Amino acid sequence: MDYNTLLQVLDSTVRLATPLLLACLAGLFSERSGVIDIGLEGKMLIAAFFSAAIAAMTGSVWLGLGAGIVSAVLLSLVHGLASITFRGNQLISGVAINFLAAGLTVLIAQDWFGQGGRTPSLIGGGRWGNITLPFADTLSGVPVIGPLYAQLISGHSLLVYVGFLMVPLTWWVLFRTRFGLRLRAVGESPEAVDTAGVSVVGLRYAAVAICGLLCGIAGSYLATGLQAGFVKDMTAGRGYIALAALIFAKWRPWHALGACLLFGLLQAVALRYQNIDLGGITIPVQVMDALPYILTVVILAGFVGKAIPPRAGGEPYVKER
Amino acid sequence: MTMMKSLLGATAALALTSGAALADPALIYDLGGKFDKSFNEAAFNGAERWAEETGGSYRDIELQSEAQREQALRRFAEAGFNPIITTGFSMSTPIDNVAGDYPDTKFVTIDGYVDPEEHPNVKSILFAEEQGSYLVGMLAAMASETNTVSFVGGMDIPLIRAFACGYAQGAKAVSDDIEVIANMTGTTPAAWNDPVKGSELTNAQISQGSDVVFAAAGGTGIGVLQTAADKDILSIGVDSNQNYLHPGQVLTSMLKRVDVATYDAMQAGADLETGVETLALEDNGVGYALDDNNRELITEEMQAAVDEARQKIIDGEIEVHDYRSDDSCPALSF
Repeated sequence: MDYNTLLQVLDSTVRLATPLLLACLAGLFSERSGVIDIGLEGKMLIAAFFSAAIAAMTGSVWLGLGAGIVSAVLLSLVHGLASITFRGNQLISGVAINFLAAGLTVLIAQDWFGQGGRTPSLIGGGRWGNITLPFADTLSGVPVIGPLYAQLISGHSLLVYVGFLMVPLTWWVLFRTRFGLRLRAVGESPEAVDTAGVSVVGLRYAAVAICGLLCGIAGSYLATGLQAGFVKDMTAGRGYIALAALIFAKWRPWHALGACLLFGLLQAVALRYQNIDLGGITIPVQVMDALPYILTVVILAGFVGKAIPPRAGGEPYVKER
Repeated sequence: MTMMKSLLGATAALALTSGAALADPALIYDLGGKFDKSFNEAAFNGAERWAEETGGSYRDIELQSEAQREQALRRFAEAGFNPIITTGFSMSTPIDNVAGDYPDTKFVTIDGYVDPEEHPNVKSILFAEEQGSYLVGMLAAMASETNTVSFVGGMDIPLIRAFACGYAQGAKAVSDDIEVIANMTGTTPAAWNDPVKGSELTNAQISQGSDVVFAAAGGTGIGVLQTAADKDILSIGVDSNQNYLHPGQVLTSMLKRVDVATYDAMQAGADLETGVETLALEDNGVGYALDDNNRELITEEMQAAVDEARQKIIDGEIEVHDYRSDDSCPALSF
């Protein structure tokens, strides 16, 4: 593999990892507060649809992004209502949200556009353009570093940079602010937070709302950044891979970045090389596709350290009397 | 609970029965969905044309999961629809299970195969996809300036490999040393609806030098055609005529006349002749699309060369290898 090919694979990795990363951080906020969320897929899907639909109607990608975020936050609040206020089963609520999003998007799309559950193709201002960072063109002539900067670091859409900036931001919010401390505490020991006079319900709602916001950005990136419109079920299981990445990262933001980049790289390599020939042994492409899940199972089984989820995860909080 | 279930079942059956006039045809779309702009949509278009021309009516259903296949067949058969037309190779086994129970109902499987000896009431319609793909492969090779063309398949099944194999043979017939890159999107039905992956595959192929990409991938193809248009290379659509999706940037489309097959089956109605039928170039069952959107891309020499090859295939002078006949391809390794 020459240097140029390597850059192309890494470039593809960045594009593929971004939606995973945003969804993974979304899940991180929610699960750190004790609300398990397998509805990431559904929230991304509904955000993908509404961002593409509004962008197609108004021609503005920013309005599309706004609509995507609003729809995903609303769906998050439904999840919050079911699992925080009504203390329902969080897994079932998450599954319901996935089904709801899968059906709702196609139904509304057919009603609005009549193109069989898809939005019209976005053109011009309806899509995120690629940003060329300063000096990318002048530096591209410089050996080694030039192409790296011009091809890999420059030339992505705005949401990619937003996604990567979210990692330090998430770390800072969770580990350096009072809100973050309380949010983590509410996922470990909600009764302690309650005793201290802080609202458990309020914190958890805030966490699921942030989760919705990030899923909204992820969905918008799929439909208006990577693609030019919505196609039914276009998330294609990325929400579940993000969940796997979350477990793989053991619920920590910087590790989430590593996990998502690794999973993105696996996908990019699988796309570039159908079968990998390792001197006699051929690794079929299916192995690469399955690796994220296999790695997660290995982690879960406790072979590589221990993945300990937030202690109060999945349990609705009932005030002691 | 059991009481409730049977009651509900009875109501559902009644609802279906009451809606059906005598022997209306029914149509079952495969998992790709009715409006995939491609294979299933072609069936829908054929059915709509029939309904418009004859004033007849038909029922259709979009499958949502594997488990619904047999259920949908039985529901339609119980309700008296005839013939019941299905799209997609995955319907072969469910029809095999169901057909014996409804000997008076005619079943049609487009792309599937059911043994005619065992089930005389089933018609299997197959297409010679390798022949149509051969022609678009020739066009791709003639349009390519980098001497590299590529293929994006949907789910990795023998049918899609037959597309890839025909395409590679066509390309190599034009230029001996041409490089053909072939990729499949995945091994599950999700591979029919993953435009993001389609885009990335196309990007990877472009970086390997390809400047014409053929997508036989259902909804995933939307992403392939989009990326090809964005990156200013040519693409080739599939099943339906997809030239209009990006006018001037889609070289052509490999047509598979699922619409004609559906139309003919509906037209024949209950008197449908059963058995196995393969629609090839000579029946206009497959072909390539030429319209106002791509006329400027296809030069007269290109058209002449392809039409000559078409005639030779029909006359048997050129033999296009079908991947499905021996699970191997002389022009491409998977």
